[in-house]
Amino acid sequence: MNGETHAVAVAPQRTLLEALRYDLALTGSKQGCDKGDCGACTVLARPLGAEGRGEAILACITLAADAEGLAITTIEGLASPEGLDPIQRAFADCGALQCGFCQPGMMLSARALLDKCARPTLPQIQDALSGNLCRCTGYTKIYEAVEVAAGLRSPSSRAPSQSEKAAASDSKMQTVKEIAP
Amino acid sequence: MSIGSRLPKVDGGPKADGSGIYADDLSFPRMLHAKFLRSPHAHARIRGIDVSKALAYPGVIATLIGSELPARYGVIPWTHDEQALATDKVRFVGDEVACVAALDERTAQEALDLIEVDYEVLPKILSAEDALAHPEIKVNEKAKVGNITKHVQLEFGPVDEAVANAAAISRQTYRYAGSTHAPIEPHCAVAKVDADGNLTLWSSTQIPHYVQREVSRVLGIPQAKLRVIQPLLGGAFGGKSDPFSLEFCAAKLALKTGRPVKILFTREEVFYAHRGRHPMVMDVTVALEKDGRIAAVDDKIMIDGGAYASFGMITAYYAGQLLTGPYRFGTYRFDSYRMYTNKPPCGPKRGHGSVQPRFAFEVALDEAAEKLGLDPIEVRRRNFIGEEVETVNGQQITSNGFLKCLELVERASGWKERHGKLGPGRGLGVAGSMYISGTAYPVYPNEMPQSGVMVKLDRSGRVTVFSGASDIGQGVNTLLCQIAAEELHCDPHDVTVVAADTDLTPVDLGAYSSRVTFMNGLAAREACLKLAEKLKAAGGATFAEACQRAEAAEGAPLAATGGYRTQKLGGNYRGGTIGASPAYSFTAHVAEVEVDEETGIWKVTRIWAAHDCGKALNPTLVEGQIEGSVYMGAAEAQMEEMVYNEKGLLFGPSLLDYRIPTSLDTPLLDAYIVESNDKNGPYGAKEAGEGPLHPAIPAIANAIYDACGIRIRELPFYPQRILKLLRERGEKREGRVA
Repeated sequence: MNGETHAVAVAPQRTLLEALRYDLALTGSKQGCDKGDCGACTVLARPLGAEGRGEAILACITLAADAEGLAITTIEGLASPEGLDPIQRAFADCGALQCGFCQPGMMLSARALLDKCARPTLPQIQDALSGNLCRCTGYTKIYEAVEVAAGLRSPSSRAPSQSEKAAASDSKMQTVKEIAP
Repeated sequence: MSIGSRLPKVDGGPKADGSGIYADDLSFPRMLHAKFLRSPHAHARIRGIDVSKALAYPGVIATLIGSELPARYGVIPWTHDEQALATDKVRFVGDEVACVAALDERTAQEALDLIEVDYEVLPKILSAEDALAHPEIKVNEKAKVGNITKHVQLEFGPVDEAVANAAAISRQTYRYAGSTHAPIEPHCAVAKVDADGNLTLWSSTQIPHYVQREVSRVLGIPQAKLRVIQPLLGGAFGGKSDPFSLEFCAAKLALKTGRPVKILFTREEVFYAHRGRHPMVMDVTVALEKDGRIAAVDDKIMIDGGAYASFGMITAYYAGQLLTGPYRFGTYRFDSYRMYTNKPPCGPKRGHGSVQPRFAFEVALDEAAEKLGLDPIEVRRRNFIGEEVETVNGQQITSNGFLKCLELVERASGWKERHGKLGPGRGLGVAGSMYISGTAYPVYPNEMPQSGVMVKLDRSGRVTVFSGASDIGQGVNTLLCQIAAEELHCDPHDVTVVAADTDLTPVDLGAYSSRVTFMNGLAAREACLKLAEKLKAAGGATFAEACQRAEAAEGAPLAATGGYRTQKLGGNYRGGTIGASPAYSFTAHVAEVEVDEETGIWKVTRIWAAHDCGKALNPTLVEGQIEGSVYMGAAEAQMEEMVYNEKGLLFGPSLLDYRIPTSLDTPLLDAYIVESNDKNGPYGAKEAGEGPLHPAIPAIANAIYDACGIRIRELPFYPQRILKLLRERGEKREGRVA
């Protein structure tokens, strides 16, 4: 787990998400639906000894027992002592984080994408993140953050437009008739 | 300049590295977990509840039934019609009946099966029309007449005369499906009581102050002994702006057991908690004069409210009151009923009450303008209401950047070259809207400020802002740092924000009605200005030195407060203050769609959205609000609907069956910020969180018309509905040829 070895005794029905949140106090992985629909619980997993961080999986529909022998990266394991991962930095800088609840899973899916594909196209980004629901951003600034993390662009900087003072049209008071009970 | 900068969110770090604490991340020694038993019936009398077997179940510590906390509550003081747990009647499938606290969640869940409830099933009401037709079936006893939560009829000017003399008229019926907020974080509350009986309640709420008022009233404990804290909040959109059963029950169970109690809704329960967009049926008449000026608008609106009032009294007003800009109406009338039905209660979803009538109006405007041969953007320009002007219903508009919004989306979308010329199956549509920046009055009448801020300076140079406002993801905590840095001339990173904690922070009424930046921003600015004067007088080479010198001069720690209260606003008639706001935001959208005429499958490919927010205190955050709003509006047009069967059972209360758009379903969104520098707002700012949702739906509908000549008047725009209209169009054309 994030480079550490943990021995945890779990009931057979305990999910990986429950084990993370309740047994290991890794509350960064979020429970949004508990049935594999929203992606907020996404973590990265690979067999011990394999290269890289591995694949994005859903912790809420993975049994904890099935995680035996896997090397797992949660959001807590993405940053290093040197600081945030470029994905995390870019999400924070680009305003991709609003409420932040879907973002641990979203950032890990984005990390998995960039690990496989360093310079993704927009359709590749959209495809890779399609299992992570976000309700705040309309995904726009998330795409931007992934592209910024990949070094493909800099954060948005469009300046606001000033509105000229517009003359009021003719305004006359109307008689107000109230007929509510 | 701190104001206007793209300062990254100050809570971006804890949200990015997973260390941020949301309600469900809290855990305490000896904490119990509680679960709800819910009604399987849409409408039934409760003859008896027996919890004895559940209480005897190993691991169960306590049970709770309605008679232990029977007081009725509701966010609006005039419509207290809810109970934490039903005592006499259940009113929808999912209504809370009993609660069990156990050592763990699973045990509590298992014990629910052992509770015996004796129900007498009653006839049920599942539509607003039935609610009106069957007053003898009383859904909610709070209704004075039949099943009416609220009936509003207002008329401004001689509407019938204006319609009779009009050059072009559109008169049609529109149907808006109910939808829900679906924040990714389910509701959660944790309650903990200390040895002196002081109760602390952590809740995923966007209204800590109202929760404090209602929970203390229902539980019969002094407000001063109840502390409500809002931790990080995982999305709300209006769905967490009522007091909810889990807050009352967690608090009551904590008092009853002396142990901390957590209640976390499942995703299914979030759907029952609902408070989402009201389904509406709207008969809309728009009448234009020869030159395209709006002579009359006449709306009849039937609103399906669900089992409880929530904000429904306001909804009945908002459905009419918020339509009167950005265009000048010659005359206007609306007649709205908000009805009780045996379904989960509707409430305020982003753009409360006004998204549905806006859809209908903007489609009708296009249709009437077409009869006069007017371009859709041109008719909107001609009707621009202007600045420093009063609307037909007596609302005072100050700044108004709508023309600039129109100009930006017209240019960005290539409207002049592309509208009507994209060829079969492709089209562009436009729509505009207006929204409030906070309401002029608090939901309970009082003379105290609607928002308060206290700012403390430390001799280290640290600034602490104590603010009652709820950061629900929109970023108000970041704006507070920017405002403090702007006025005190310090680094925004030297500012700590302590927020939404009723023991520590002054009252702010909550994150609703798009009021936070406007009202809390003005309060913060006032407090900071008081301190800035003292710092200026003190002088010093560094900020910390200035703080030290000012504190020495004062002879006491340095702190100041600021408050915001609206001046009297609104029309001089009953209900005239509802919808009155110190400033209005304006938005224009152009949407582009592709329609496959053989299958009815369509796609919105891009939306250009320009929003007049007065002044962007932080353009990155404003763009985020615009993009998120447009997404949510487009989602309602595309796919979102609360569907019930004949028993009142919600179809598929999950994020698989209630579909919300993924990255693959969301159009490209282009957000443009317009600044009109409002005289009332903080640094000229107005709202940005809700207004930009409104035009998305009618812009898409109008684009579908441009693409294939059909007017869709029912949400969502399912492909089968599009296909049906395409076939009718085909038959009409064939008929004409024959």
